[in-house]
Amino acid sequence: MSRGWRIFLFVFGAAGLAAAFAALSLPLPGPSSLRSRYLEAINSRTVPERHATDAVSAVNFDYRGFDTLGEEFILFVSVSGAMVLLREGREQHGKLLPDGMARGREVAGSDAVRLWVLAMLAPKILFGLYVVTHGQLTPGGGFQGGVILATAAFILYLGDGFDCFRRVVPHGLVEIGEAMGAGGYVAIGLLAFLSGREFLTNFLPLGRPGQVTAAGTMPVISLLTGLEVTAGFTLLMFSFLQETLTPKEDIDE
Amino acid sequence: MTHLPYFVAAYLLLMGLYGVTTSRNLIHLILCLTVVQAATYVVLAAVGYRPGATAPIFADISTHRPAVDPVVQALMLTDIVVEATVVALLLAITVQIKKRTGDVDPDRVDEFKG
Repeated sequence: MSRGWRIFLFVFGAAGLAAAFAALSLPLPGPSSLRSRYLEAINSRTVPERHATDAVSAVNFDYRGFDTLGEEFILFVSVSGAMVLLREGREQHGKLLPDGMARGREVAGSDAVRLWVLAMLAPKILFGLYVVTHGQLTPGGGFQGGVILATAAFILYLGDGFDCFRRVVPHGLVEIGEAMGAGGYVAIGLLAFLSGREFLTNFLPLGRPGQVTAAGTMPVISLLTGLEVTAGFTLLMFSFLQETLTPKEDIDE
Repeated sequence: MTHLPYFVAAYLLLMGLYGVTTSRNLIHLILCLTVVQAATYVVLAAVGYRPGATAPIFADISTHRPAVDPVVQALMLTDIVVEATVVALLLAITVQIKKRTGDVDPDRVDEFKG
C-alpha cells in the first residue's frame, strides 16, 4: 500500500474514531464523579482483613493475585522471546571481541566513573531489596523493587563495559532465578490448593499490621515477583548488550 | 471540563497511531506504540481519582480516610512492567530485521509489504 493511501485511510479512520469517542464519552459521568464500590470494599478491608497497609499491593498480590500471575507470565514469555530472537549473538560468543561500541574510542574508562559505580552498587541493591520486602506496608513491591535491582546490574555495564558485566553477573544463575520466580508463584498458589483451599488463597499467618512479615503470602509472592523481574530484566540486558559486541571477521576486514 | 482526561487519552491514542502509520523507522514505530499505551495510563489514573482523596496507603492514616482507587493503580503498575518487556521483545525483532534485511524502514522491508 502506498504511503499516501495509508495516511488517507488513517485520517478517515481516526476522524471516525474521534467522533465516536466524543459521542460516547460526553454523556458519561466525569472521572471525578465516578463512585466505585470496589474501591470502598478494598480500601476498608485491606488492613482488618489482610493486615496489609498498602492497598495497591494487596490488590496485586492477594485479591487479584491470579491476574498478576498472568501478567508475570507475559513478562516471562516476552523475555524468553527476546532471548530466542537474540540467541545468534550468544552462539558466536567465542568469536566476539569485547565491545563494538568502544571501537575507535581510544580513551579507557574513567576511574572516577568506576569509583562512583562501585559506591552506588551497594546502596542500590539495598534500596531495591527494601522496596521489594516492604511492598505490603508502603508503596513498592516486587515489580518496582525488581526494576531497581536490575539497574544495579546495568550500572556495572555503564561503569566498566560488557566484559565486567558478563564476569560479575552469573548468566546461568540469573536464568534459574527467573524460572524460580515464575514457578514459585504458581507453587504458592498450588500449596493453598493442595491444603484444600482455593488457588492462591492467603494461607500463611497474617501477623501484625506494619510488620515486614505481615499479610501472609503477600510478602512471599512479592519476593518471588521481585526475583522474576530482576532476573528477567537482567537477562534482557544481557541479550541486548551482547549485540554491541563486534564479530571478529568484521574487524579483520 | 470534567471530561478532559478522556480527551487527553483519546488524543494520545490518535497521535500514537498517527506515528505508527507514518513511521519510517521501526524503533520510532515501537516508541509510538508506547505513546498509544500511555493513553491507558491516563484513563486508569483518571478513573481512580476522587476529589480530596489521598493515596491508598494506610500505614499512617485511618482506613476511613477517603483514598483513591487501588485497583486501577495495581493495573497500571503491572501494565508498565509488562510494557517494558514487550518493547524489549519488539526491539529484539527489530535487531533481527536489521540483520536480515539491512533496513529498519517498514516501507522498504519486503516482508511488510501487503
